[in-house]
Amino acid sequence: MTHSDQISDSDQMPRSAWLCEYLARLEDEQVMAQHGDARILAPAHRLELDPEGWATAAKVAAAMGLRHAGLWADCLDDSALAAEDRAIRMQACLEHAGDYLVLETQVPMLRPVLASQASIYPGVDRLERHAHDLTGLELTSQPDGRRWTRHQAWPEDRFPLRGDFPLAGEPVGRAPADADYPFGRVQGTGVYEIPVGPVHAGIIEPGHFRFHAMGEDVLQLEERLGYVHKGIEKLAVGRDPAGLARLAGRVSGDSTVAHAWAACQAMERATDCIVPARAQALRGLMAERERVANHLGDIGAVCNDVGFAFAHLQCGRLRERWQRRSQALFGHRLMMDAVIPGGVAVDLCDKVVEELREDHAQLKSEIVPIFDVVADHPSLDDRLMTTGVLSEADARQLGCTGYVGKASGLAFDVRRDSPYAPYDGLAMDGAILAEGDVAARVRVRMAEIGNALRWMDRLLKSLPDGPICAQLPEAEAGAMGLGIIEGWRGEILSFIRFGPDGRIARYFPRDPSWFTWPALERLIHGNIVPDFPVCNKSVNGSYSGQDL
Amino acid sequence: MLSAWLIALLQALLCAALAPLLVGWVRKVKARLQNRRGAPVLQPYSDLRKLLYKETRVAHTASPLFRIAPYIVFVATWLAAATVPLIALDLPTAQIADIIVLVGLLALARFFLALAGMDVGTAFGGMGASREMMVSALAEPALLLAVFTLAMTAHSTSLASVMQHHLTDGFLLRPSYLFAFGALILVALAECGRIPVDNPATHLELTMIHEAMILEYTGRHLALMEWASQLKLLLYGVLVVNAFFPWGVAQDFGPLALGLGLVSVALKLGVLAVVLAVGETVLAKMRLFRVPAFLNLALLLGLLGLLSHVILEVGT
Repeated sequence: MTHSDQISDSDQMPRSAWLCEYLARLEDEQVMAQHGDARILAPAHRLELDPEGWATAAKVAAAMGLRHAGLWADCLDDSALAAEDRAIRMQACLEHAGDYLVLETQVPMLRPVLASQASIYPGVDRLERHAHDLTGLELTSQPDGRRWTRHQAWPEDRFPLRGDFPLAGEPVGRAPADADYPFGRVQGTGVYEIPVGPVHAGIIEPGHFRFHAMGEDVLQLEERLGYVHKGIEKLAVGRDPAGLARLAGRVSGDSTVAHAWAACQAMERATDCIVPARAQALRGLMAERERVANHLGDIGAVCNDVGFAFAHLQCGRLRERWQRRSQALFGHRLMMDAVIPGGVAVDLCDKVVEELREDHAQLKSEIVPIFDVVADHPSLDDRLMTTGVLSEADARQLGCTGYVGKASGLAFDVRRDSPYAPYDGLAMDGAILAEGDVAARVRVRMAEIGNALRWMDRLLKSLPDGPICAQLPEAEAGAMGLGIIEGWRGEILSFIRFGPDGRIARYFPRDPSWFTWPALERLIHGNIVPDFPVCNKSVNGSYSGQDL
Repeated sequence: MLSAWLIALLQALLCAALAPLLVGWVRKVKARLQNRRGAPVLQPYSDLRKLLYKETRVAHTASPLFRIAPYIVFVATWLAAATVPLIALDLPTAQIADIIVLVGLLALARFFLALAGMDVGTAFGGMGASREMMVSALAEPALLLAVFTLAMTAHSTSLASVMQHHLTDGFLLRPSYLFAFGALILVALAECGRIPVDNPATHLELTMIHEAMILEYTGRHLALMEWASQLKLLLYGVLVVNAFFPWGVAQDFGPLALGLGLVSVALKLGVLAVVLAVGETVLAKMRLFRVPAFLNLALLLGLLGLLSHVILEVGT
C-alpha cells in the first residue's frame, strides 16, 4: 500500500485542516482527545477519547457536517486478562470530504456503559443496538432501547461476541418465534396495521415490515430485520486471513467481491502488505463487473415491480450473459472467492482481455435501446417519478452512500473521493441527481453502468503485468486495519483486528444497507402501500449484509 | 327446443373448456413479445389439473363461507359466461338472461370473492377485497352505461337481440358504438385484473388486487378460483368481440353454421388476445390511486355513448 507517505505528513496537508478544527472544537468542549498512532488504521486518522466525551465528540462532528460511517464494539476480554482489565472498545468512523477519522474509546467490561451517539446521528441507531445485543455494551440515552439483532436464538443476558461465549454457539434447539417484539404503534380512526413477511410471496430474503396505513396511504413503516443473522462476526474469530476472506465473501452474496476486497484491504493495511498492481486492477475489474451485474438486475426488477415485464426480461437476459462470462473468467457467477488476501486467485490471459472489450462494446450497444425505453416511457415515468422521495437532508442525516445517496444529491463515492488502487480519475457522468425518487435511483444506476463500462475499458487497455498475488505477512497481535471499498450499494467499511498467531480476533463488515434500510422507512412516507415494493427495490438494501 | 338447450349446454361447456386456452394464448403471445419462449399454450390446463389433484388446505380461522365461496364464484361466473352468445345466437339461455342478469351474476361472484378474501382475516385478503370493491364500484356503472348504449339501439336488453340488430343493420359505424366499445374495453381490463389496473403475474403481496383475495386458497378451491377468473376473461372477451363484431356467429343450429361460429369466435378472440398482450407489454401498471380516473374515463365514454345515441341516432 502506498498510504504511509500520505499519512506521515498528513497534518500539514490542507485536507486535514478540518481535523485541526475538529480537535480545537473538542478542546472547547473540554473533551480529552489523544492523537492515536497514525499508522494504526491508516489511511484513517485515529483519535482516542475518554468515554465521557463520546457523545460530545459526535455532537461536535455533526455540527461540522461530518458523515458518520458506522460504529462497532470490540470485546477485549482475552482469558489471559484479569477481570478488571477486560474492556469493550468502541470505535466510530467519521468521514469528511473523503478523509476518514476513527474515534476510539474504551469502557471496562465490569461496567460497560457508554453514551449513545444515535440521537445525534440517527443512522447509527441500529448499529448501536446491534453492538449492545452482541457485546452487552449499555448505551445510555439510546433513543430506541429495543433489541435489534437478537431475536430469540440466545438469551438476553448472553452476548455472543464475548470471549465466554463458545465459538460453536450455544444450541438451544429450535429457537422460538420472535413474537413479542414491541413494534411502534399508530392509533386513530381508520388506521390499520399490515404485517408483511418475514416470509414473502416471492423468493427474496426474509424481513418483516410493519405498515401503519390509512386507506392506501402509509403513515409509518417499521422494519424488523435480523432473520438471517448468521453470526458472521463470531464465525470470523480465530480464522486465518484466507478463511476470513472466504467468510467476508459471504456477508452478502450479491456484494461478494466488494466485501471480500474490503476485508482483504483491511488485512493488507494491518500487515503492510503490498498488493501487486495487476491484482489491484483485477480486483477493480471484478468489483465493476459486480456493479454492472447488480444494477442490470435491479433496473429490470424495478420495472417488473410496476408490471413492466419487458425491461425485466431484457435486463435479466443481459445480466445472465454477463454472469456466465464471470463464471468463465473467474470460476464463479458472482466471482466468489476470487479476491484473496494479498491479491486475486484468478488471472486473465491476453486473449480474454480482448474478448472482454468486445463484451463491453456489445453490452453498451444493447443497453442503449433498453435504457432509452426505461428512461423515457410515459407509463413508467408515471410510476417511478415522485415515488419514494428521499430528501437530501434525510439522506445526509442517515449517512446514505451509493446510488441512494447519489440520487438524493450526495455525490460521495469512495472511488473518487478517497481513491484506492486501481481507481483514479473515475468519471461520474450523470450519476449525481437531486430528485431522490425511484426514477432518480434508476437513472443513477443506468449512469453507473455506463461509467463502469468505460472505466473497465480504460483499465483493460493498460492492464499492468506482473504477479497476481503477494504473500500476506504474518500479522502482529493487536494489529488493526480498516478496509474501505465502494461496493455496488455504496461504501463498505471493514474493520479487522488480529489476535495472537496471526488469527482474526474481530471482524466487522459495515454494509451500506445499515443506512439505506432506515432511509426506506423515511422515503415511504406519503406513498401508497402498493408502491412499497418498487420503493424497496429501488433501494434494495441487503438483508444478509445488515443481519450479519 | 330440446336441441337449442343441448347447444346452450354445449356452449356453456365450451366456455369452461376454452377459458384456460385463452389465458394460455395471451401468456404465450406476451412471452413472444418479451423475446422469450414462454410456457406452452396448454399450460393453464396442466396448472388446473395439478391444483385439482393437490391437497386442499384451509386456514384454521376460515369460516364455512371460505369453503363454499369458490363454488359460488365459479358457478356464478360460469352461468354469466353461458348467457353470452358464444357460437350461436338464438339460445334459450340468452332469452332468459339479459345483460342486467349478466352484470348481476358477476356482481354475485365478486361479492363472494371479496367476502372470502376477508374471511381468513389476513391483511392481504382484506386489502385485496377493499381494492376489488373500489375497482368494481367504479367499473360496474361504466359497464352498465356501455351495455345500455347497445340496448337502446336494439330496444332490448337481451344480448342476442343486440347482436341480431347489429347483424341485420349491417356494418354501420355508429358514434355511440365507438364510445361504448371504448368504455367496455376499459371496464374489461379493470374487471379482469389486467395491466394497467392489476398485474396477473405479480408476486408482490402489497400490489395485488385479485391475487391478494385468493392468496389463502389451495388445491381445488384455488383451481376453481383460477378457473373462474379465466372464465371471466373469456366472458369479457366474447362480450367485446361478439357484441361489436357479431359476424360469423351461428344464426341457426346447422353443423356448418355452428362450426363457422366456433371458428369465427376463436379467430376474433385470438386477435383480441394479441391486442391485449401488446397492451400489457407496452404499458406498466398504473398507480392504484389513478384507477378511479381510469374508470371514470370508462364511465364518461359510456355516458357519451348514451348521449350521442340520443342526440345523433334516435329517429334516424
